[in-house]
Amino acid sequence: MTALDEVDVKDGVDQDTVDAVAALSGTYKYGWNTEIEMDYAPKGVNTDIVTLISSKNKEPQWLLDWRLEAFARWENMTEPTWAMVSYPEIDFQDIYYYARPKSMQEKPKSLDDVDPKLLETYKKLGIPLKEQAILAGVEGAEDMPAEGRKVAVDAVFDSVSVGTTFQKELAAAGVIFCSISEAIENHPELVKKYMGTVVPPSDNYYATLNSAVFSDGSFVYIPPGVRCPMELSTYFRINAENTGQFERTLIIADKGSYVSYLEGCTAPKRDVAQLHAAVVEIIIEEDAEVKYSTVQNWYPGDENGVGGIYNFVTKRADCRGDRAKIMWTQVETGSAVTWKYPSCILRGDDSQGEFYSIAIANNMQQADTGTKMVHLGKRTKSRIVSKGISAGKAQNTYRGLVSMHPKAKESRNYTQCDSLLIGDKCGAHTVPYIEVKNNSSRVEHEATTSKVDDDQLFYCRSRGMDEEEAVALVVNGFCKEVLQALPMEFAMEAQALVAISLEGSVG
Amino acid sequence: MALAKLKSDATQARLARLTMPDGLTAARKDALGRVAAMGLSHKRDEYWKYTDPMSLTQADPVPAAVFESDESPLFAGVDSVKIVFVDGVYDADASDDLSCAGVEIDRLVDVAGKDIHWATELYGTLETRGQVPVARPLAALNTAFATDGVVIRATGKAAKPISLVYLHGDDTSDVMLHCVVRVDAGADITLLETGPAAARFNSVLEVDVAEGGAFHHVRTQGRDHERRAVTHCFARIASEGRFKSFTLTANGTMTRNECIIEILGDDVVAHVAGACVGDGDDFHHDDTIFITHDGLRGESRQVFKKVLRNGAVGVFQGKILVKAGAQKTDGYQISQSLLLDDDSQFLAKPELEIYADDVICSHGSTTGAIDEDALFYMQSRGVPRKAATDLLTLAFLAEALEEIDNPALADDLYDRLDSWLARRS
Repeated sequence: MTALDEVDVKDGVDQDTVDAVAALSGTYKYGWNTEIEMDYAPKGVNTDIVTLISSKNKEPQWLLDWRLEAFARWENMTEPTWAMVSYPEIDFQDIYYYARPKSMQEKPKSLDDVDPKLLETYKKLGIPLKEQAILAGVEGAEDMPAEGRKVAVDAVFDSVSVGTTFQKELAAAGVIFCSISEAIENHPELVKKYMGTVVPPSDNYYATLNSAVFSDGSFVYIPPGVRCPMELSTYFRINAENTGQFERTLIIADKGSYVSYLEGCTAPKRDVAQLHAAVVEIIIEEDAEVKYSTVQNWYPGDENGVGGIYNFVTKRADCRGDRAKIMWTQVETGSAVTWKYPSCILRGDDSQGEFYSIAIANNMQQADTGTKMVHLGKRTKSRIVSKGISAGKAQNTYRGLVSMHPKAKESRNYTQCDSLLIGDKCGAHTVPYIEVKNNSSRVEHEATTSKVDDDQLFYCRSRGMDEEEAVALVVNGFCKEVLQALPMEFAMEAQALVAISLEGSVG
Repeated sequence: MALAKLKSDATQARLARLTMPDGLTAARKDALGRVAAMGLSHKRDEYWKYTDPMSLTQADPVPAAVFESDESPLFAGVDSVKIVFVDGVYDADASDDLSCAGVEIDRLVDVAGKDIHWATELYGTLETRGQVPVARPLAALNTAFATDGVVIRATGKAAKPISLVYLHGDDTSDVMLHCVVRVDAGADITLLETGPAAARFNSVLEVDVAEGGAFHHVRTQGRDHERRAVTHCFARIASEGRFKSFTLTANGTMTRNECIIEILGDDVVAHVAGACVGDGDDFHHDDTIFITHDGLRGESRQVFKKVLRNGAVGVFQGKILVKAGAQKTDGYQISQSLLLDDDSQFLAKPELEIYADDVICSHGSTTGAIDEDALFYMQSRGVPRKAATDLLTLAFLAEALEEIDNPALADDLYDRLDSWLARRS
């Protein structure tokens, strides 16, 4: 949290209040670590490591070749510098690229066989790996009707998937939900057909690195016409020190199908920054719909910017079929540095992309995030709602592209991005790119930057709220449009996150 | 080939064609050093993402036919001090006497001989400041090699507008002019610029506005279809200063207008606006604006409207930078384009970079076709489709024209736009 003695306290806020707020300031509650014996591949990255990771996953030759080709390409690439973030140079040879709990050497046959320490870890995070009707640990979840609120979880711990729940019940519906390493083993034809078709191995520096060294991740296939009977979720936990997590997620929604997918992530507090470079690819066929929701809560580093996760991820959805639909919702509160642009390729006619985002940066956090809406098909529609909140000494940038190709006739985009600054030491930036190449499409972009409205604060305080609560409420109002787009599992958690992140930030 | 090598080769080729004029030697040599260090612009530069600068940087200009207009000169009815350049060469016969109450006017070539201190000090200074954070090598090239221009000092309220008329006479003319304006505390001046100037034109205008000074700028860029131009306006504004600039662009194969404004004092007002109309796939127009707020309660507005047809391309890159401490800033930016057919393009990058919490900054950008409902309504009231389209187009452009304080000047420009539309079926 912001060191409040450094904040220029405005008139009307007495020191006692500031001290009380400082004492109340939340700490990162997922910052503990699990003491567990790990197997590591040697530090650094080279063709041997790439080959080792591939062999650990018992991959076919084509995939090893694919990885090696990506690695060769990566060696000739340079790290991108265009984002408004700065961090010390990353030594890519000083990272463990593969870390696996010893107990996972032989893949457990069922969740009952999983090391209790791992199960305990997820339980503590509120993600119990037992098949039960609701996600425990989510405030208010117990009040919801149990029926219909099932969530299947794939739990990824450092470099490996620990287990996936509800697989049988999903299989009955024809849905495949497993770790990507299992998918490579059991459904190689699907993996080969789709992997790398949305985010090619040549896409960008981090995606190329990921293509070479990805260790695990989740795989989803929803067959034609199937509405996935429950929400699917992946929970990523980085635990080991000095490791990078490179997971790869592949989601395929076949014709007329539907799935809602949730993603969560946390990491222990460490004073050395750790790299997380993931790739998420989503393929959406005709009339299918995917909702992808993320609450990103990686360790953000301490108030002096020591430690934290560098979250450099590439997420992209390809609406291949007509009337395909993707909705990205993200709540970004964690990570020391974020570099993330979940994108939509609107290829099918009448396809739709939506992007709802709240990015909250406090202390020394830096976030450069946004989306790309690439309109290729006719009558495609996209909507972007982005809310950036900066506090402390944080820098928060919205970066986005809206592109209307000549053939994307009668398409529509509406973009709204708002930034809120709390305190005078932070920054909020907006970098939109708008490219319109036909005249039957309409593109509208709006952005505002403002501080918390004094009148609204006054109103809240006159109703007996303290300033802290009032700011949380006003900011929640500011973010409501995004929070409403989150599935129920996250809505309450997200609201709590908004309040937590802003505690102690009132200048 | 590596970008640095490409730039260095292009820079060498360009410099080989140029000779540094006499006078202002220190500033020119500094500028040449900047050009060498930066290298000339390249389409792989992020700042030239949407506009290929090749025809502006290559060693020789692409020839451009002189356009014979039957229209009377713009602002003919405005009583002004007229200063005429033909292909960058001062035309004494066509120009008025340079004396005018409230202003001191001299030619750039006379600055050294007459030892005009303020102009010597200012020349290249604002251009240099404008090189950070984004390199503008074509402006530095101009500072090093500009052959002429005017230096104007407003000491009080100028009795008349100063009107710079840039005529184009030679198909292959390649011209660099550099003007420097100093607005003293409380002084007030209007600068008019009209005409294409050359086949290829590179201009720099440096404007230093002291406390409470006011600078008004109205410019049109000539109807020559094949002309190419890169213009730069660098302004620095002290407390309570006012700066207003408007540019009308009709035709031209390549136009890049850069405007870089630094608000250094408190309570400053700075508005930049532009309207452009383009027809055909050889029309490429780029407005690139960078406004820095570094004072309290500054108000800035960017209003840019583009009407594009038959494959014309419009570009807008606008940025508002609010520095830490520039509280109570009110920044506004709007860029809109009207695409009259399916082949035209609008490419925009409207940016905000904000380091102060008590500010209001908004930017909007819209693109689309003419409103069919409005057209239908007007047609149902008996207005022919073409007339209705023109009316709606003019109404669309009007918001930018409203930024001009002097209604007589605005009316003149409005008539030109009306005629431009009327000439097209």
